[in-house]
Amino acid sequence: MTRAAAGAGASDKAGRRLARVLRRAGPLLALALLAIVSLSVGKYGVPAREVFAVIGAKLLGLASGVDPTAQTVVLQVRLPRVAAALVVGGALAAAGATYQGLFRNPLVSPDILGVSTGASLGAVLGIFLSLPVWAIQGLAFLGGLGAVGLVYAVGAAVRRHDPVLTLVLAGVAVGAVLGAAISLLKVLADPYNQLPAITYWLLGSLAAVTLGDVGAILPAILLGLLPLWLLRWRMNLMSLGEEEARALGVETRLLRPLFIASATLITAAAVSVTGVIGWIGLLVPHVARLLVGPDFRRLLPAALVLGAGYLLAVDLAARSLAVIEVPLGILTALIGAPFFLWLLATARRGWS
Amino acid sequence: MSTEALLRAEHLAFGYGARIVGAEVSFALQAGEVLCLLGPNGSGKTTLFKTLLGLLPARAGRVLVDGLDVARWSRARLARTIAYVPQAHAALFPFTVREVVLMGRASRLRPFAAPGRADHAVAEAALASLGIAHLGPRIYTEISGGERQLALVARALAGEPRLLVMDEPTASLDFGNQVQVLAQIRRLARDGLGVILSTHDPDHAFLCADRVALLHRGRLAALGPPSETVTSESLRRLYGVEVAVVPLAGQGRSVCTPVLP
Repeated sequence: MTRAAAGAGASDKAGRRLARVLRRAGPLLALALLAIVSLSVGKYGVPAREVFAVIGAKLLGLASGVDPTAQTVVLQVRLPRVAAALVVGGALAAAGATYQGLFRNPLVSPDILGVSTGASLGAVLGIFLSLPVWAIQGLAFLGGLGAVGLVYAVGAAVRRHDPVLTLVLAGVAVGAVLGAAISLLKVLADPYNQLPAITYWLLGSLAAVTLGDVGAILPAILLGLLPLWLLRWRMNLMSLGEEEARALGVETRLLRPLFIASATLITAAAVSVTGVIGWIGLLVPHVARLLVGPDFRRLLPAALVLGAGYLLAVDLAARSLAVIEVPLGILTALIGAPFFLWLLATARRGWS
Repeated sequence: MSTEALLRAEHLAFGYGARIVGAEVSFALQAGEVLCLLGPNGSGKTTLFKTLLGLLPARAGRVLVDGLDVARWSRARLARTIAYVPQAHAALFPFTVREVVLMGRASRLRPFAAPGRADHAVAEAALASLGIAHLGPRIYTEISGGERQLALVARALAGEPRLLVMDEPTASLDFGNQVQVLAQIRRLARDGLGVILSTHDPDHAFLCADRVALLHRGRLAALGPPSETVTSESLRRLYGVEVAVVPLAGQGRSVCTPVLP
């Protein structure tokens, strides 16, 4: 080998390493950039330089020397929203990726399995009973877990058909009943006080979220992510279906409930503070799969980052597009549904 | 325990829930032996396989490996011994062939582990032994049915099992691919693997099996070498049609062909 060729080989190797680092760090950098933009842009514009100064000063416990109004806007108004968007967006996408692999169905998402509807019913009940905010969130959480528990129990009781199909259909049926209960509460609710709050919650919003809320749901979300992360390679085998996975030596009877409980915990925790934000759990995993392939070891981090970025971007749009703030659920559906249809029509890889 | 058969079914009854599909099935299989299971649709071939694999509990009787009852074995232990080759199907996600074959290592890895360098080497060797090393980077959902079937055999081999259970490995394959798969089955048996396969083509029994079992309405109608079990008489009883079984000159085996009324 000539020296020139050896040099080219070495630089080729270095280039590949650089490409690998960029592939890993690039998305995170883009996400950080988007977060800075989100903290800076809004009705009260704060230059990026001042955003850095405010955050740096806060972290170091120093005085930033920035106008106190700008400081309040960044720390009190925007930071909680940005943190919530990152956490909730990533969480919903990770849960969606898990459900889709687990149930081997492209239409399965937290919305289909009744998690979202169950959480909604819990929250709506809380608002209807004029309970304090923490109790509303607690009820939302319990509602989500309860709904999936019910769906799963029905799936386990009806053993005659394909278990996955049974579960999905049970989710649709349970969701319909819960939806009816929500409608009933809306009819009974006080139209001046409670009904707007209920409607607003059902459309999803990050406007009212505090840093305390984010801190409160973070442990539950991390707890749910832990098994998914530890068992991320085994998750691939779950997508082969019950029988093949078992024949390959996977204890699906242990793993399946564990994965479902984890994804449900994540979803219920996220939805309990932001209200229903649909389509992320359905759409983002598809896009992530198109980008990095189906291996859950790459899919999970990709879904987390993409979901966080997507919700951050949508929230930014929600509060800057119009004079009044557009509820998130409206935007995610308006963007998500056409994009999903476009994927359905054009994508070759993904679901074959 | 060298005298013990690799796999033994003792008075096995099998079925789904309360519905018993078959009963009183007994046979033994040695390492290096190919057993071919023939039977019409609905005779219980797949259910019997699922019971041998431990995917369905035995309704009566026992499944023994090296003389040990497998009823209480963990999934991983069972999978390390008996590998399942399902019919080539379209997988849901576009995994690469290499990723699919690596999944065969699951029974040899701890729950939180992912395949490492050694596992990759075993997977590559499994692909190479079937002559499909070039398929490794291809997308499983985009290769042909015959290639998929071979990839699934490679996945089974990647678990380094002692016994292969193959559910109609030649179904929906073209003529050339059928012959390829059958040749690989013979080769695997020569390497010491026990193989049980089901097929709808009695000729395949002549081509690759040491022994043939005829499954009729969930019971073994016959069990023995192909030349004794696959006869026009037995095939007529099994399938309800006239079949001529004619010796093939110079090949030392026979061929089956239906006789139309």
